[in-house]
Amino acid sequence: MDEQSLKRKNGKLSLKLMLVIPLMFAFGFALVPLYDVFCQVTGLNGRIVVNNAPSSLVIDKSRIVRLQFMTSIAPGMPWTFEPVVKYVDVHPGQNTVVKFKARNLADLPTVGQAIPSVSPGLAAQYLNKTECFCFNSQPLDAGESVEMALVFFISPEIPPEITTLTLSYSLFNVTKLANNNITKI
Amino acid sequence: MNTATTTQGSHDSRGHDSSEHDSGEHHDQNAHDHKPKGIMRWILTTNHKDIGTLYLCFSFLMFLIGGAMAMIIRAELYQPGLQIVEPNFFNQMTTVHGLIMVFGAVMPAFTGLANWMIPMMIGAPDMALPRMNNWSFWILPMAFAILLSSLFMEGGGPNFGWTFYAPLSTTYSPPSTALFVFAIHIMGISSILGAINVVVTIINMRAPGMTYMKMPLFVWTWLITAFLLIAVMPVLAATVTMVLTDKFFGTSFFAAAGGGDPVLFQHIFWFFGHPEVYIMILPSFGIVSAIIPTFSRKKLFGYSSMVYATASIAILSFTVWAHHMFTTGMPVAAELFFMYCTMLISVPTGVKVFNWVATMWRGSLTFETPMLFAIAFIILFTIGGFSGLMLAITPADFQYHDTYFVVAHFHYVLVTGAIFSIMAAAYYWLPKWTGNMYDERLGKIHFWASLISVNVLFFPMHFLGLAGMPRRVPDYALQFADFNQLVSIGGFAFGLSQLIFLVVVVKCARGGEKAPAKPWEGAEGLEWDMPSPAPYHSHTTPPVIK
Ligand code: HEM
Ligand SMILES: [Cu+2]
Repeated sequence: MDEQSLKRKNGKLSLKLMLVIPLMFAFGFALVPLYDVFCQVTGLNGRIVVNNAPSSLVIDKSRIVRLQFMTSIAPGMPWTFEPVVKYVDVHPGQNTVVKFKARNLADLPTVGQAIPSVSPGLAAQYLNKTECFCFNSQPLDAGESVEMALVFFISPEIPPEITTLTLSYSLFNVTKLANNNITKI
Repeated sequence: MNTATTTQGSHDSRGHDSSEHDSGEHHDQNAHDHKPKGIMRWILTTNHKDIGTLYLCFSFLMFLIGGAMAMIIRAELYQPGLQIVEPNFFNQMTTVHGLIMVFGAVMPAFTGLANWMIPMMIGAPDMALPRMNNWSFWILPMAFAILLSSLFMEGGGPNFGWTFYAPLSTTYSPPSTALFVFAIHIMGISSILGAINVVVTIINMRAPGMTYMKMPLFVWTWLITAFLLIAVMPVLAATVTMVLTDKFFGTSFFAAAGGGDPVLFQHIFWFFGHPEVYIMILPSFGIVSAIIPTFSRKKLFGYSSMVYATASIAILSFTVWAHHMFTTGMPVAAELFFMYCTMLISVPTGVKVFNWVATMWRGSLTFETPMLFAIAFIILFTIGGFSGLMLAITPADFQYHDTYFVVAHFHYVLVTGAIFSIMAAAYYWLPKWTGNMYDERLGKIHFWASLISVNVLFFPMHFLGLAGMPRRVPDYALQFADFNQLVSIGGFAFGLSQLIFLVVVVKCARGGEKAPAKPWEGAEGLEWDMPSPAPYHSHTTPPVIK
């Protein structure tokens, strides 16, 4: 083969290989939504199902599931944040309201965002939230306090071996993010 | 194969006036033959041998710099308590040591060997894309200059581990993280360009008759490695880009507060990271598969099974990444999946080890320095494979994870694996590169000093890890003191031993006993058909492949 056509052939093949680069670069980013979808579908990451309709299901009175609450406050967050009750015992299918108390200890208005996580992770898919303060960020003025509501039901399909769930919230300071308008959850 | 030699010789005397060259090539040849003298030769060179030499020298320099950092780490860990450096500086040392050894020492050394050897092995006159080759090398020193200079910035250099887990690299990282990201991008571009060059060279430039299944295994393993590089380096680029935007531009890929997930970082990183560790070992397999038959004076046992094993390792390497994440709270099904896939990978690896041993079986073995390093590779890499298998057992990994056991594992596969194979390759091909025999006595001293010290350095780390000593700490509990002292002594000895290698190489480059075309009796391959040192232009007419 002469030099020219070899050069052309080399150029063509390198171009093809170079096409893989943006593709795999994009794949790296595509892993982000893929991961979310995967977690949502399988409930593997303890992510919560958002279900805007309250339960219209038959309440399964034969069973009781305990839902425990935990809160933690991320570094740099000047609030107190606690559940009003440590746990509730509910029947699957039963709509329940629980309250969380938060108070801004700083002398500046601050925006908080609670991030939920359920354990065991596989049970997350059975915890349906119809209303939650964690759907939106929560602004509080200096010294202000607030009681925030969570409305949920546990779907009756929950396997019988799961008798206790833990719902944990981490509260983050998102004042900066809120100012940048990036507060979607 | 003698035909190749004669053609070669006659070409040299003809210079670039050969009538076979059309005008296009003539021009190129012209540029090559009148190589500029001094530094400009090296800056402008597009010759695969020059670029190979540049890569190898650069890699050795990085090996020494990264090694100096390891000496600081081991000096601090010589005793419990904080003696020599601040914890934050200690973290910078572990981080930059890792980054330099992975991206600066091991990977460029392999690329250097590829540049030198692949065209000679497949009967090509040069790499397919010589100008790009020049670029892929010269952006590397830039990248490392940036990375190293970040150590002197306010707030210090990267201190989050070579794995730069978020949020360590986002929320808690120093301002110099931007430089870190930039440097990784450049290193990535360099390796991708290098890999593309290798693939195009191997696919398009083989001499007539050099079928795929006649290619030396070094060429095969590099072809597969190059595909891995092209596939995963862009994912690394995506990861560092996300770190950059999370830290500086308010995105929340890995920040829970904004809806992201720090565990996602680990998934993306290890999707790159695990194939990356195979990028650092597959070319070693190729090197050892060249050296073992030579000094056993036998054909490599199971050539085609070696090719298939390499390919299956490469494919499987995409399915095991989460074995680095067993403790992140994955569901049992995922833990099991990744555990079994990881164990599966050791099957083709075992095939290789078996083939090497079978090659030596009943061979007439001699133990020149390259062979010594290659045999040490087989034994010690296998130890690393076994500790890898232990780590792959999910419930056991809960105990071993983030302890010195992991440090022992990856140093056995990377130092006594990758680095030993690179040393073996250097000794094996030095006569071909320089035209002189290296000092065999010094080479053997280097080998034995390295072999003993490397085991004193890394073997006790297994026990430290099993006893619970965490990795990446500047201080430790008193019960670990004795073993750490031993490890540090091994470390200093290993570091010093590498200076012997420097002496051997410099001596060999300067002169010494003249090397014949084929200094190793049992060697096979086109590179041994040309004189030593290999002429500046080789295979300008394709060799005849038997
Ligand atoms: C039989 C083959 C192998 C198996 C089963 C294996 C398994 C593992 C596992 C399970 C871990 C995670 C340990 C933990 O963090 O708890 C690990 C870590 C590691 N392995 Fe391997 N491995 C193998 C071969 C290799 C090879 C060939 C290399 C490189 C040449 C390598 C390099 C590494 C590195 C660098 C790490 C640590 C990464 C870090 O956390 O900094 N491994 N290995
Ligand atoms: Cu791995």
